Amino acid sequence: MYSFEPNEEQQMLVDAVGKYATNDLRPAAHEAEESRELPKKLIGKGWEIGILQASTPEAYGGFGERSAATGVLAVEEMAFGDLAGAYAVMTPALFATPILLAGSEEQKQQYLPEVIEGDWRPFTAALIEYAFDFDANALRTTAKLEGGEYVLDGEKAFVPFAKDAEAILVYANLDGQTQGFIVPKGAAGLAVNDEREKLMGLNALPLYRVKLDGVKVPVSNRLGGEAGHDFGPILASMQLASAAAALGVARASLEYATNYAKERVAFGVKIAQKQAVAFMLAEMATEIEAIRLLTWEAAWKMDAGKEDAAASAYLAATGAADMAMMVTDRGVQVLGGHGYIREHPVEMFMRNGRGFAMLTGLAIV
Amino acid sequence: MTIEFEAPKPIVQMQTVLQTVADNMMRPVSREFDENEHTIPWNYIEFMHTAMKSMGGSGGLTPRDEKPKEGTEKRPPIGYQLLAAQIEMLAWGDVGFYLITPGGGLGGAAVQAAGSPEQRAKFLARFSEDKPTFAAMCMTEAGAGSDTSAIRTKAVLDEATQEWVINGEKIFVTAGDKSFTEYEQFGKGFIVVWASIDPSAGRAGMRAFVVEAGTPGVKIVKLEHKLGIRASDTAVISLVDARVPYDNVLGSPTVEKTTTGFKGAMATFDATRPLVAASGIGVARAALEFVKEKLAENGVQIRYGLPRNKQTSVERDVIEMEIMVKSAWLMVLKAVWMADNKKSNALESSMSKVKAGDVTTKVTQKAVEILGPLGYSREFLLEKWFRDAKITDIYEGTGQINRLVVARQILGYSGSELR
Repeated sequence: MYSFEPNEEQQMLVDAVGKYATNDLRPAAHEAEESRELPKKLIGKGWEIGILQASTPEAYGGFGERSAATGVLAVEEMAFGDLAGAYAVMTPALFATPILLAGSEEQKQQYLPEVIEGDWRPFTAALIEYAFDFDANALRTTAKLEGGEYVLDGEKAFVPFAKDAEAILVYANLDGQTQGFIVPKGAAGLAVNDEREKLMGLNALPLYRVKLDGVKVPVSNRLGGEAGHDFGPILASMQLASAAAALGVARASLEYATNYAKERVAFGVKIAQKQAVAFMLAEMATEIEAIRLLTWEAAWKMDAGKEDAAASAYLAATGAADMAMMVTDRGVQVLGGHGYIREHPVEMFMRNGRGFAMLTGLAIV
Repeated sequence: MTIEFEAPKPIVQMQTVLQTVADNMMRPVSREFDENEHTIPWNYIEFMHTAMKSMGGSGGLTPRDEKPKEGTEKRPPIGYQLLAAQIEMLAWGDVGFYLITPGGGLGGAAVQAAGSPEQRAKFLARFSEDKPTFAAMCMTEAGAGSDTSAIRTKAVLDEATQEWVINGEKIFVTAGDKSFTEYEQFGKGFIVVWASIDPSAGRAGMRAFVVEAGTPGVKIVKLEHKLGIRASDTAVISLVDARVPYDNVLGSPTVEKTTTGFKGAMATFDATRPLVAASGIGVARAALEFVKEKLAENGVQIRYGLPRNKQTSVERDVIEMEIMVKSAWLMVLKAVWMADNKKSNALESSMSKVKAGDVTTKVTQKAVEILGPLGYSREFLLEKWFRDAKITDIYEGTGQINRLVVARQILGYSGSELR
């Protein structure tokens, strides 16, 4: 059967996240971006909505089952408020969800309740590397089995909250395969740059460069245990999160531009009454809807265990990156000169919009 | 409700059947009927009529009214979804052929949307009879394209005989010849003519009239020669004092100070736009699959999952084309799903048409480019699909008109606020 409506439970979650995104994240976004600081309380409040908790089974401290479809709905809604804030709230999922998806029973029991129960704490993951042709399936950071331990070498970039992280799930290249390794706080050879990353956008999100110089972890810290895991579903879940976040940012830009166009008068009419502007808005809305359906379908495929789920997630994320750039660029264009001024959020949406093409790995559903 | 993308079994089964039809009855003769414009593929028409009668009983491409069998669980309606999937698959075979699939077509759709129960019974029954039968919609005029309110064709009531007397000339009538000319092989069809019963009333005076095949005073003036969809006849029809029975008017025979008549036409578009979008996507999918096949034959693999800056330009193009085709199709599905579930879909319907118009033209254009001389050659069907595709962004509301509809919807503007 085809069906295009979230179920009741999903709708309740979307409503709760939407309220937080509109009433809390959005009003704080500008100040957070400018001061490069997200208020702790703001993150805590988002965490309490319980997106991750609701997708973790009771046995591991949560109160529900993971669903990629529910995940993309929540991420879009959260990112609609503010991308940096959304990523901050959801950072612990970067650590917990891969364990939920691919971890050994032992790892689930050891780590999940610690992350899930209680307050937001900085558990994180390190995937991205600082190279123009960064490829999550061909990492430069290596893992080698030496003397019954894994030795990690390399450098990871854009790692959220690395400085204070309780633990980092580090992805590395093990014999040509991307594998995750749980690296605890203070591991020997692990060095987090003091200075934060400086990027075009996401300035409110504390991101760090992380060096791994012969970091040793026991075999039991390999995600999935000794046998390891399939990285495919993890990457696909990250791509779905990226696509969903792109939808949220694009929708934010469209909404702001639409409201502006209905207020701003030129030549005696609202600029939205001019086809040149109205058509831009119509095309933005159309592209958002197209990619939303592609993202929903990919998420549904993942939940239904379809063989081509990963391929669909890749297509959704690729399409979403283009869509976000197109929509957020036009968001600025609709506002004209005012769009270029930082008092309006559309320029920030545009900077955020550019990131989706290269920032898969900052969120996961 | 939930979010789900599992194709219902009846749709999957139907797709398998129609793929066979496309492979065997359409593709092998596709080129022949493109090169011999205005010849009629009798075999296809006869076959489809027989097949559809045995399958659905309606004898045409119309959404099935599903009556749940006693004692079975009531399933959600999928009539429009099934129809969209049928159209997509037939268009994948040959969109020109699809357009001359016997049945009510847009004329039947107008009766379905704006007619009374009596009119529906009277005019639609013929499509399930023995011979293949056609109906067509006559809306466009030389001076009235997207601006349908500029229609000049007039219908005047002759009080003495209680007949409507219609005068005017209609262009771009898809299947106009097959609907109006009385071919021996076909059943008696009709055309639905849009005319004004009160030119001073503007859109409020617009009505649709069922004009039976062979009505005196109505003539097929010419059949157009087109860029593509050449298997489908596009007629110019003139009406000179054409007399039509009183009861053949769809909707109220008197003018109120409302635009319900016009809105009837627009409501028809809500139902048909996603279907036209579906026909375009069938062509786009055909082109995309052909490109992938040819590339594979030449040892070019598409490496999905690679970062873009490690891909070749061809890989990027093909992946982008896939994203376009897949997402456009999902937009169609959503629009028809809404229609099936009686949700207002004016926005989604027009959006799906905007998207499909873009996608179909872009994908077929890019496909020809990618295959170079092979793409441009008439040895393959790709160049034909390029030509066939372009109409998707034009008929049933151009891309621009549909953008206007989408914009009005998202801005909450009326037609006068956003012209």
